[in-house]
Amino acid sequence: MCDQTFLVNVFGSCDKCFKQRALRPVFKKSQQLSYCSMCAEIHILKTMYQREEGGILRFIHLKRKRQYSSSWFHLCSHKANVHQVAERVEALGQFVMKTRRTLKGHGNKVLCMDWCKDKRRIVSSSQDGKVIVWDSFTTNKEHAVTMPCTWVMACAYAPSGCAIACGGLDNKCSVYPLTFDKNENMAAKKKSVAMHTNYLSACSFTNSDMQILTASGDGTCALWDVESGQLLQSFHGHGADVLCLDLAPSETGNTFVSGGCDKKAMVWDMRSGQCVQAFETHESDINSVRYYPSGDAFASGSDDATCRLYDLRADREVAIYSKESIIFGASSVDFSLSGRLLFAGYNDYTINVWDVLKGSRVSILFGHENRVSTLRVSPDGTAFCSGSWDHTLRVWA
Amino acid sequence: MAGVRAGAQMPHLSKMERVVVSMQDPDQGVKMRSQRLLITVIPHMVAGSDLVEWLIQKYCISEEEALHLGTLLVQHGYLYPLRDPRCLVLRPDDTPYRFQTPYFWTSTLWPATELDYAIYLAKKNIRKPGALVGHEKEHYGQLHRKINHAWDLVVMQAREQLRAAKQRRKGDRLVMACQEQTYWLVNRPPPGVPSVLEQGPERSSCTAGQAQMSPQGLPSNCSPPGPFQTKNIDFYKREMELCRKALGRARVKSSVCLEAYLKFSSQRELHDPIMSGCLPGNPWVTDDDTYWTLNAPSVAVPTKLRVERWGFSFQELLEDPVGRAHFMAFLGTEFSAENLSFWEACEELRHGGQAQVHAMVDAVYQQFLAPGAARWVNIDSRTMERTLEGLHQPHRYVLDDAQLHIYMLMKKVSVQARRARGVPGPVTAGSAHPLPTGCWHA
Repeated sequence: MCDQTFLVNVFGSCDKCFKQRALRPVFKKSQQLSYCSMCAEIHILKTMYQREEGGILRFIHLKRKRQYSSSWFHLCSHKANVHQVAERVEALGQFVMKTRRTLKGHGNKVLCMDWCKDKRRIVSSSQDGKVIVWDSFTTNKEHAVTMPCTWVMACAYAPSGCAIACGGLDNKCSVYPLTFDKNENMAAKKKSVAMHTNYLSACSFTNSDMQILTASGDGTCALWDVESGQLLQSFHGHGADVLCLDLAPSETGNTFVSGGCDKKAMVWDMRSGQCVQAFETHESDINSVRYYPSGDAFASGSDDATCRLYDLRADREVAIYSKESIIFGASSVDFSLSGRLLFAGYNDYTINVWDVLKGSRVSILFGHENRVSTLRVSPDGTAFCSGSWDHTLRVWA
Repeated sequence: MAGVRAGAQMPHLSKMERVVVSMQDPDQGVKMRSQRLLITVIPHMVAGSDLVEWLIQKYCISEEEALHLGTLLVQHGYLYPLRDPRCLVLRPDDTPYRFQTPYFWTSTLWPATELDYAIYLAKKNIRKPGALVGHEKEHYGQLHRKINHAWDLVVMQAREQLRAAKQRRKGDRLVMACQEQTYWLVNRPPPGVPSVLEQGPERSSCTAGQAQMSPQGLPSNCSPPGPFQTKNIDFYKREMELCRKALGRARVKSSVCLEAYLKFSSQRELHDPIMSGCLPGNPWVTDDDTYWTLNAPSVAVPTKLRVERWGFSFQELLEDPVGRAHFMAFLGTEFSAENLSFWEACEELRHGGQAQVHAMVDAVYQQFLAPGAARWVNIDSRTMERTLEGLHQPHRYVLDDAQLHIYMLMKKVSVQARRARGVPGPVTAGSAHPLPTGCWHA
């Protein structure tokens, strides 16, 4: 059951725009009127900020925002929610998923992980600077490297499987080529690619080994050329730390989405560096974003204990996945291969499995002994791996 | 000032507060009772099992989840056990628990200073010498060394507090001692117990913060701004631009988009191993990796499901190495294989190294676009003109238009070819249509 309760004092016709909205009391020349929230905000700003240039701009901005939202209301006369349309879909049966592998070897909190395209290898990074490459099927450790910094919050596997990228509090993203030669020291061939002015929160290779996309606590994302370390494109627009990003699986593949501490999720065009769309409905930091397999939508997990689904073509949020008993933030989300299930790891040590179409929770998975910090479904969809602050990674199937 | 942002980073604490407050509701809350403890009677106690029961009723959750949520409430110091106050664990039996006083709620996020901790430990030591356990003894020793100059103050405060407490009833004294102990168990957890207050590296809400390494190795930003400090003119200009773009954007009705999700998910359901299983078996469950061998990237005979996926979209066909090879072979029979080769070369350019851009653009031009080239691709004249113009200043996206044109052409061709051969397309993917021979039937 998706609990959504709205607290509304009075519902009626606004005294200014005459639209049917939830009303708030507003005092104008010691007379009490009832305005809708949009008119009320505009009224307050008019009286308070009229003399400042910035104030006028804020006023104009709100008027546009209201134009936009009213035209949008007109377009979808009834708010179509995914759950109403999905009434026709059959409910899922009993859902059983268990831990099939536990990877122990990190001496400290596991912060991030990524799968290799061969569907069995993974790279994981932890708070003490260790980055380990595992064959998770056999639970053997294949490579290990210690970064010169702590809190390695981002790591990624190259599409070819021949290199890994990682970064964290050192404000850099470094690429390590993987070699099976026992005599070679992995750290010796390290290449410093990205340079930010604050911690690195996420990184991802684009379709090849030669380009890396990074997100940082300095509020920007950037696209880098691995070979030369050259900055190819930077993306400015977030008002606070950027915490996550995901590349779009589209045919002409040129966009990505990022989420940050300003509660906004923004979709960017990689070629021009412009923000194409922005969504701001979360109530707290967005910790993770992931595209729906078709590329037409994306899900986000936030500290406000909800996951939300945003549609790119409808340009709005279409579903909220929340439950009153879930009060801890979601740290990472990922879809199953068909997009029917959404796996979300939470800071209350659990993983919740949501039915994307029905909006209800399918199952809750216990097992970790500290918060789940990262979660990724394997490339062929046979399992998913979760990393936690309890120093372990678990593969569930 | 650090507390301002830290509070914003922990919204779960205020939610816990609300849960605990509703638990204490006289009508709808948990059943309270009085408990005899030694020779005193303590009022307003709840049994562990009642707590779990109440959580199950209120949130419609399973017993396991209710126990887990209750344990988290205890671990965060909102409830404490009276009998064994050292152990912050929820037992689903008649173990008595009490609600922590709001003064000590974790959500206040008071910095639990060393001085406070020293006073607390000193009190414990004075009240009953030898009451300090292992890690507390260590801390006590460390603090004694560290704030030696203020140690008289510490001892004096401790004695004062003990004296004031003696004037209270025995029951109240016991309760206050437990409350304080719980507070310190949360703020100074014993070794081996993870701290519930740890949040990871500090996140700021100001733009372009300059990172400075603090002694602990965590970046601390300059003073966090007020709510409107960074919302200057540039910010509003950008927001207005976004809104203007949004107004001009053509939006699809959400009901149409939602139908698309239904279609997509039902089409792919059988291909999703987590939803429908996979044959011969999920490697993670059976410990047998035959499934991966059968679905290797360049396997000789692709599985039936894999071939079906090629029909879902052209992108799926091209992304699969075997599918792409099949398509290349098909184009070869139509004498138009150069289209796919051109597309592949463009992809390499787009995702290749920056240093190779010039060389690659040259190579592509010589091979595919130059008049009389060996593998000349047929692009419409307007796109060709634009592309040739752009070649004067080559960059990695200079062939995007041409690439898109060829991609759309190939897509149309693939659909026509599929129809001609009677291979099921996206519309009939659900039906049990027999596939061409040569594919492995799973």
